[in-house]
Amino acid sequence: MTILVIIEHDNENILPATFNAITAALKLDKPIEALVVGKDVQQISEAASKIEFISKVIVADGAEFAHNLAENMAPLIKKIAKSYSHIFTPATTFGKNIMPRTAALLDVMQISDIIEVISSDTFKRPIYAGNALATVRSSDPIKLITVRSTAFEAAEKSGGAAEIISVEGTGSVGLSEYVSTEQSGSERPELTSAGIVISGGRGMQDKSNFAMLENVADKLGAAVGASRAAVDAGFAPNDYQVGQTGKVVAPELYMAVGISGAIQHLAGMKDSKVIVAINKDEEAPIFQVADYGLVADLFEAIPELDSKLS
Amino acid sequence: MKILVPVKRVIDYNVKVRVKQDQTGVELDNVKMAMNPFDEIAVEQALRIKEAGEADEIIIVSIGPIQSQETIRTALAMGADRGIYIDAPHETEPLSVAKLLASVAGKEKPGLIMCGKQAIDDDNNQTGQMTAAILGWSQATFASSVSLNKGNAKVVREIDGGLETINVKLPAVITVDLRLNEPRYASLPNIMKAKKKPIDTLTTEELNVEVEPRLSIIKIEEPSTREAGIKVNSVEELVEKLQAEAKVI
Repeated sequence: MTILVIIEHDNENILPATFNAITAALKLDKPIEALVVGKDVQQISEAASKIEFISKVIVADGAEFAHNLAENMAPLIKKIAKSYSHIFTPATTFGKNIMPRTAALLDVMQISDIIEVISSDTFKRPIYAGNALATVRSSDPIKLITVRSTAFEAAEKSGGAAEIISVEGTGSVGLSEYVSTEQSGSERPELTSAGIVISGGRGMQDKSNFAMLENVADKLGAAVGASRAAVDAGFAPNDYQVGQTGKVVAPELYMAVGISGAIQHLAGMKDSKVIVAINKDEEAPIFQVADYGLVADLFEAIPELDSKLS
Repeated sequence: MKILVPVKRVIDYNVKVRVKQDQTGVELDNVKMAMNPFDEIAVEQALRIKEAGEADEIIIVSIGPIQSQETIRTALAMGADRGIYIDAPHETEPLSVAKLLASVAGKEKPGLIMCGKQAIDDDNNQTGQMTAAILGWSQATFASSVSLNKGNAKVVREIDGGLETINVKLPAVITVDLRLNEPRYASLPNIMKAKKKPIDTLTTEELNVEVEPRLSIIKIEEPSTREAGIKVNSVEELVEKLQAEAKVI
């Protein structure tokens, strides 16, 4: 049987988490087809056809698919699902929105946020915010799976030459409509796909002090994150939040500045390759997970770091 | 309009979860339990909608072991009107929960189902979307703002990289995110009043829903722990280590 991967895109680019989902799908060693859904998605379909190991690209292009509305997408995915043994998509807000709706239409139990493919029916996934790992086996005829992108490398974007075929849409069900999007508007890399993340916590003391971290981030090509404590205190916007209730990141380098290391924060960054902690409290729990700890006043250490990187 | 708010009893978010030695699950005995925090936000939002005169009745539903009635009681103490308890195993999967909720919705005819975006125990993030699918209703996930207007709900959603606004037709399922509101504490008089509010009990058979799980748990294990590394003495040493040793900058 064949695997289907649902491509997440913004009409200009295939979004990075898709390539991690493809790597997860590749573990099963079966042919993989890609589904591109949207309006005016020719460019995306062509990009998808070039991804290595994709054997076919299925395109549903229509006005009803313009803004990823789950009500319109789920019936389409259901319609084509019977040809596949597995359907994969990233466990991003895109995947989390459309996949369960599709699963219920197919009467199957979705397997959310997997971090390991053990066999064609058995997968590992974190529960309790990563404080436990569950290995689950599905008895459903079609496995609908969302993939935690940080647990898999990104697949090759080139090297393939898949054929592109179109499928008829299923029309708009007329239940919902898109109004607008407000991007967080940053030139820096997206938090969940950045190679380096520098995050500030309550120790930053003030919103304006985040500028210090931003300066360092710009020198390193890093994204800026924050702990929930910093977000709740109004030092940083919501979408900066790294943790159980925010974003889960696993960059090459994670720098925690003025972050004590609450369980809720650790759940969002403990899989980073290298962790640096800068905190003036040497008892802070963050030091227990840090590869490199610096006990120092961040208001001295960060400007110094900034100048050392210049 | 009625609002249906499903709530789940989970391990309190302040408790450190321990995996059982035999790897069959996590330790639930003598562990403090509480309402799933996202569900508390859903209860609060429903109360605010009622207080704004846009809803008449708030019905709390909980599915699980008998103690789930305590969780319903907590929501009644916050100000909800009545409860429905559905007797089912603790491990009932989102697909079955969605079918049970859809069945209740068929009887109660709410204009809105408002629930947490996910439960903090199994972290599935599925129940709301599945319920909407089964009912054929619209869905608005990860809500950080909700306003009702003439049979529609305008919802701001927290998506990766920003905020998205959508308009959904009622009836709808709205799943709520962390920053929608700050849930109230129940006052002592309201806790007393809640004791007199009715809670109906239903079984899965009465609702005609099969709750046999589709996923079997092979094992539950502890994640590998990270070892603490070294302390550096200066920013200079840190930069040197990151460049020469870790090779990440």
